[in-house]
Amino acid sequence: MSVLTTNILVPHGREEDWRFTPLNRLKGLHDGSAAVAEHRSLSMDSEVTPGVSFERISRELLLSLSLTDDAVMNRVRELSSDVAVLKIAANTEVSSPIHLSRKTFDLNAAEFSRVLIHVGSNARATVILANTGDTLLAEEIEFKVESGAHLTFVTLQEWDAKTVHVGKHHAIVDKDAMFKSITVTIGGSVVRLLPTVEFTGPGADAQLIGVYFATAGQFFEHRIFVDHCVPNAKSRVNFKGALSGDKAHTVWIGDVFIRANAEGTDTYELNRNLLLTDGARADSVPNLEIETGEIVGAGHASTTGRFDDEQLFYLMSRGIAIEDARRLVVRGFFSEIISEISNTEIQDRLMQRIDNELSKVGA
Amino acid sequence: MSTLEIRNLQVSVDTENGAVEILKGVDLTIKSGETHAIMGPNGSGKSTLAYSIAGHPKYTITGGSVTLDGANVLEMSVDERAKAGLFLAMQYPVEVPGVSVSNFLRTAATALRGEAPKLRKWVSEVKDAMEALSIDASFAQRNVNEGFSGGEKKRHEIMQLELLKPKIAILDETDSGLDVDALRIVSEGVNRAKDANNLGVLLITHYTRILQYIKPDFVHVFANGRVVEEGGPELADKLEAQGYAEYVGN
Repeated sequence: MSVLTTNILVPHGREEDWRFTPLNRLKGLHDGSAAVAEHRSLSMDSEVTPGVSFERISRELLLSLSLTDDAVMNRVRELSSDVAVLKIAANTEVSSPIHLSRKTFDLNAAEFSRVLIHVGSNARATVILANTGDTLLAEEIEFKVESGAHLTFVTLQEWDAKTVHVGKHHAIVDKDAMFKSITVTIGGSVVRLLPTVEFTGPGADAQLIGVYFATAGQFFEHRIFVDHCVPNAKSRVNFKGALSGDKAHTVWIGDVFIRANAEGTDTYELNRNLLLTDGARADSVPNLEIETGEIVGAGHASTTGRFDDEQLFYLMSRGIAIEDARRLVVRGFFSEIISEISNTEIQDRLMQRIDNELSKVGA
Repeated sequence: MSTLEIRNLQVSVDTENGAVEILKGVDLTIKSGETHAIMGPNGSGKSTLAYSIAGHPKYTITGGSVTLDGANVLEMSVDERAKAGLFLAMQYPVEVPGVSVSNFLRTAATALRGEAPKLRKWVSEVKDAMEALSIDASFAQRNVNEGFSGGEKKRHEIMQLELLKPKIAILDETDSGLDVDALRIVSEGVNRAKDANNLGVLLITHYTRILQYIKPDFVHVFANGRVVEEGGPELADKLEAQGYAEYVGN
């Protein structure tokens, strides 16, 4: 479908979707004032294997698959000249993860990037997108997961300190298909991600999990939306965040919508935040809208707390110094999610980064 | 040869109604190789004594002293007390999500020994300790105390006692919630630690049952925040027969 983008409304901050986001730090990604970069940073680092293709297609030839009223996403659709398309053919089982990356150092102009990851029927693949460097990026990634397919998508925000990254990761999950995303945000100045799911067939399954760790001055927002618009679909959301340092700010919004026809829905969403120091702020808003009572289950939970004194006492009573005890607890807190990434090299790298951030603040 | 000396120890906790005094002047001396049983009714302050010596932040020391070989324990942080040679086997060991037993034990051993134990030697050390306590090998990969049964938690505590080799161990109701077989296994672990390291033991219990397995040299009756009677093992037999009635209600 074509989206008219000549009249994109500029958010001013009072809109529900933007009320937490510091618009003045978005470097013009949202209001059209950012210079548009020439570069296209996304590259595929894995070798092409049979049934897998990666190419760029002119945007006129490939319209977006979903509707959006998000100002930044509409700019992405307007300003990106082509779409990076990763395609996994039907019935293809890709044994090792497909590695994608962005590594850019350009803070003068903003990249507006459209990506489509298309997984054919009954195909199976894991895609890992590692983001490093320092950049201004607005990105829309759409996933089309056809019937019976399984896609695991890992996205790693390992940016340097000045990055502004606004992205929407929208999965369209068909009958009996499974989409699992693991979102890790530990770098950047402002990162605002919208992991969203739309089901198009019964028996579909989505699991959105993630971790974020914000230190002084960082703003990380994860705004989830799962649209249960078909019967008998299942969704699980679990995000864990830690914050330390002055003006570290995280936002987690978990919107789940169970429409009238979505009988047999099974959904649960969870957000846990660990405040490591004073001066940090974690906003957590789970939101469940239910139009039918004929469901298997629907629930949510959200907690924000400090270190558990009993855990620290237990570890310290075995001789472990307080800094090491805290590090163990934080690593343990994150490991539930990080251990889901099926690559120990990446697990170690992320834990190392988390350790480094921890030691920086002396937490 | 180590000596833990507790002199006139007074401890209070903060409650909604202000500070409440729990320990009202406790005197105890525990030396290497000795086993002291502290017995008393619920609410007499036995666990407060254990946690105060270990340095739990909930308790405020209002008077008295605790020294280990002359060094002031009360001035030490919790980890320093462990490094000085104190160990507390807890009645309710704490779950630490996401931290594996294996990682936890190695981190603790590294902290206490001042250097990381050699990997191969350490692996066999842990394996032996687990086998001795009839703990399944898969245990090492589980998260600390998470989803452990009551018996598994206690065996895990005693496994740490054997691996970390303290000078003085305080066992806080280690016998609670154990069936006969588990009680025997856990007690044998304590006795091994005693024999191997000339460990001094402060055994806090409500029941005399564990004393059939771990023989005390001294028995102290604890009531209302202080030691009210002291004696040898025969005192435990008297308590078994008569209960605590004569010590409470004052």
